[in-house]
Amino acid sequence: MRFLRTSLASVVAAAAGIAALAVATYGFTAFTTETARRVAVSRHPVPVPAVVLENQAGARFSLSALRGKWVIVDFVYTRCQDQCAVLDANFARLETMLARPIAANRLRLLSISFDPGRDTPTALAAYLARFGGRSPGWQIARPVDAADLVRLERVFGITVIADDDGGYTHNSAILVVDPRARLIEILGWRDPERAAREILGKLEG
Amino acid sequence: MKRAHAGLAAGLLPVLLAAPPLQRMLEASMTAQMLVQIPLLAIAGMLLGKSLPESAANRIQPWNRGGATGLIVVTFASACWMLPLSLDAAVVSPAADLAKFLTIPLLIGLPLASSWPRMSFVLRGVLLFEALATLFRMGWLYLISPVRLCNSYGLSDQQRLGEWLLMAGTALLLCIAWQLLWGSPKAAAGAAGPPGLRAGRPA
Repeated sequence: MRFLRTSLASVVAAAAGIAALAVATYGFTAFTTETARRVAVSRHPVPVPAVVLENQAGARFSLSALRGKWVIVDFVYTRCQDQCAVLDANFARLETMLARPIAANRLRLLSISFDPGRDTPTALAAYLARFGGRSPGWQIARPVDAADLVRLERVFGITVIADDDGGYTHNSAILVVDPRARLIEILGWRDPERAAREILGKLEG
Repeated sequence: MKRAHAGLAAGLLPVLLAAPPLQRMLEASMTAQMLVQIPLLAIAGMLLGKSLPESAANRIQPWNRGGATGLIVVTFASACWMLPLSLDAAVVSPAADLAKFLTIPLLIGLPLASSWPRMSFVLRGVLLFEALATLFRMGWLYLISPVRLCNSYGLSDQQRLGEWLLMAGTALLLCIAWQLLWGSPKAAAGAAGPPGLRAGRPA
């Protein structure tokens, strides 16, 4: 049997290779970081750190103050010309579709700026007004401490890269935080109707 | 290249690539990471293979007849490092970057260098066809995808990589066609050069 050892080694190598690919792709379900992140979070919720934010009115509050409520989070910067505009137009529709739990104080919308240097409370307020957002149902805020921004980006899986014309390229999502302050679901940002259905389903369940 | 020189180059290349300015520069662009950094790491592994003494190669030989095991290792290791999420991870996480610096030389370059000379014409064909198909498939995907596949890289970078992958695929196709039609000049002259597509020793 000249090929016995080679066959054996080949089978072991193939098995190890398939196992490595399976682990890397969450059982062949995720090939991009974005999908992998969604699968990972829905399997293992991630605690959200109690960082201090400053909102559009200049008021400071800790994320832990929102414990006990569902919080729907997105990450934006106010100079964004394309993606954030669509994302927050969709957030505005979420505000309408989720009006009932918002009125019942069970849910809040929160946009977090990843450009705290430029996004002053004035800029944040103008941005929120542009989309017809009404506090306290929908607030927009910036992290006070630069280190907190890094922590938030890591926990929520947001990668921001500077692009050529002074803006940013970034991934977007509708991030669902439960009343125990855990990120439990990452939803696609292009389909607010579906996101609203899923969120309402969670509120009832 | 002399064995000692190959060993020296195999050791120096990853160290050079790991030097912070160069490492940052090559990982700042998707194209540079995939078409410069990763191939150079694989080449370091090949040089390592060249620097090893014959006796080491002979000891592994019964486990790698015809280069079959090597082909499988190379295939899976390359597949892992072709996932967009792996490229992202290498940029964001130092652990993933370390894994890249270890596994690409050791699981792609080294087995490729030690298995290619043992491969038959058929296995060489399989490997090259796999490489061609991958270059065209990935190139096309990156070129036409309207969404970013890596969170760390922009869409224009992704599309440029797509173009380069298609060009690399075309270049490889032309090389193979040349080899099949006319053979490598060295092999035809019987000189001891790198074995061409036809020159596979029977296992």
